[in-house]
Amino acid sequence: MNIFVCVKQVPDTETKITPTADGSFIETNSIKWIMNPYDEFAVEQALLVKASNPAANVTVVRVGSVKDTEALRTAMAMGADDAILVEAQDNLDSYSIAKALKGAIEKSGKKPDMILTGKQAIDDDALQVPQVLAQMLDLPSVSVIVGFELSGSTVKVKREIEGGALEVYAVNTPCLLAANKGLNTPRYASLPGIMKAKKKPLAQYSLSDVGVTDADRRVKYSGFRLPPEKPAGKKFDATDAAKQKEVVAQVVGLLRTEAKVI
Amino acid sequence: MANVLVFTELHDGKVKPVTLEILGKLAGQTTDVAVIGDLSSEEVAVLAKHGAANVHKLKGSNLDKYSPEGYANALANFIKSKSYDYVFGGATSMGKDLLPRLATQFDAGLASDVVNFTMDGGVFAGTRPLFAGKCLAKVELTGPKPHFVSIRPNALGMTEGLTAGAGAAHDVAADAGNIRAAIAEIVKAASSKVDLTEANIIVSGGRAMKSAENFKILEELADTIGATVGASRAAVDSGFAPHAMQVGQTGKTVAPSLYIACGISGAIQHLAGMRTSKVIVAINTDPDAPIFTKADYGIVGDLFTIVPIMKEEFKKLLGK
Repeated sequence: MNIFVCVKQVPDTETKITPTADGSFIETNSIKWIMNPYDEFAVEQALLVKASNPAANVTVVRVGSVKDTEALRTAMAMGADDAILVEAQDNLDSYSIAKALKGAIEKSGKKPDMILTGKQAIDDDALQVPQVLAQMLDLPSVSVIVGFELSGSTVKVKREIEGGALEVYAVNTPCLLAANKGLNTPRYASLPGIMKAKKKPLAQYSLSDVGVTDADRRVKYSGFRLPPEKPAGKKFDATDAAKQKEVVAQVVGLLRTEAKVI
Repeated sequence: MANVLVFTELHDGKVKPVTLEILGKLAGQTTDVAVIGDLSSEEVAVLAKHGAANVHKLKGSNLDKYSPEGYANALANFIKSKSYDYVFGGATSMGKDLLPRLATQFDAGLASDVVNFTMDGGVFAGTRPLFAGKCLAKVELTGPKPHFVSIRPNALGMTEGLTAGAGAAHDVAADAGNIRAAIAEIVKAASSKVDLTEANIIVSGGRAMKSAENFKILEELADTIGATVGASRAAVDSGFAPHAMQVGQTGKTVAPSLYIACGISGAIQHLAGMRTSKVIVAINTDPDAPIFTKADYGIVGDLFTIVPIMKEEFKKLLGK
């Protein structure tokens, strides 16, 4: 059984983002990179499947710059068997990334039985790659999954929709599933795992190796800028119990007369 | 001028508000609406009032429930029979799942989660937040047409001074094709409350809520003002609230008219998920909490006494 996990390396959630002077992208030099948090759930799910199917092979695939291979090494330290890196600039659009992932999976020579991804990457927040990749590979897909039960070649998954309701899907492999927080609890990489990961195979391709060119770009970004700062608001002290009612009444009043939101 | 199709989702038989936001913003283009399933004449009239020239009702077997493949196939076949320059939809649970698949059937691009756009000369140019709203960028589409766009609910707002369209309703025979991932059941009925991503008012609780039981006071405030309850990552990680309620970079990104943050310090990853709220009220005991730098109205005080008073004041204001 061949499981592929697609991971992305993204700026840490606490990172301050600064647009470049020409607005073409963001400053990437001072950023702390982490594995996209949703991808950790995908890696963990693959490892859980491998635990009950010891013959399964877990390959992690990433499209991105080579300056740091943190995400792939972390995934292999957690227990993935091997990795593929497709070298690319960090601001590729979803269509190009999905096409590169498809090319990398095909180039590996292994026929995927299951592809796992995070439901979204927290850098461009496009929420496209899982579904675009599934469509390109002509695979069924379910996104935003919070439950997973594999029996034979059928996976029963739960997809979270509006209002916390859950849709239950039964899908046969091969399929693509995109993980949400809550699917499982990702393990930490152990020290022996980290040592072993250094010796695990990491294949490296260029975009042209996997058949992606500039003509594959579908979405163009420009004019990166910080959002406008809000002017300072009004602050009220309601620590004095005697004044609380008065202060709250004033704020509630302002929400109608000044802010006009209620 | 561009030929545009807007895909609308239904909620309890009514078109979702994001559809009307999109239609209003598309004034000046030739705009049709497609829906999967039936739509009452009253709802068709609402779409016409907002500018819809034609309303296409796609009907066929295996389309009674959503499935990514069934809906994408049905819409793709319909779109191929027309010549649209653009296809718009809401960046809702369904839109986020469906539109990337649909666009890829045309090898076309999708600008997702757009918060504002222009159609100068019939050409789309949008703005969207990236890095969870820590920065904004201009987004344009290139490559094969139609081009696809998903719009974040509540971001555009409703347009005043609408230009009505003819609103001619058509039944269209649709084919769901081969569905391999289908819904077997829905295990928990959706709550009657509006989802966080579409809510007009949100009351959110943080670590200072101390327990899951204490969220009850937020529920009571929310019920008074028709709000949906959210939570910070700290509250979710502490087990006070389920992840479905999380607002922030690894939760939901929201843009309500009014966001009331109770006992939330305002970590950068939380601010990222709610900073585009139109009006922010913060209640926190710490006068130096970062949330106050983003709040329009900050109340320094204990949420456990402030929130119940606020509920009573809203009741008075709303005559309840």
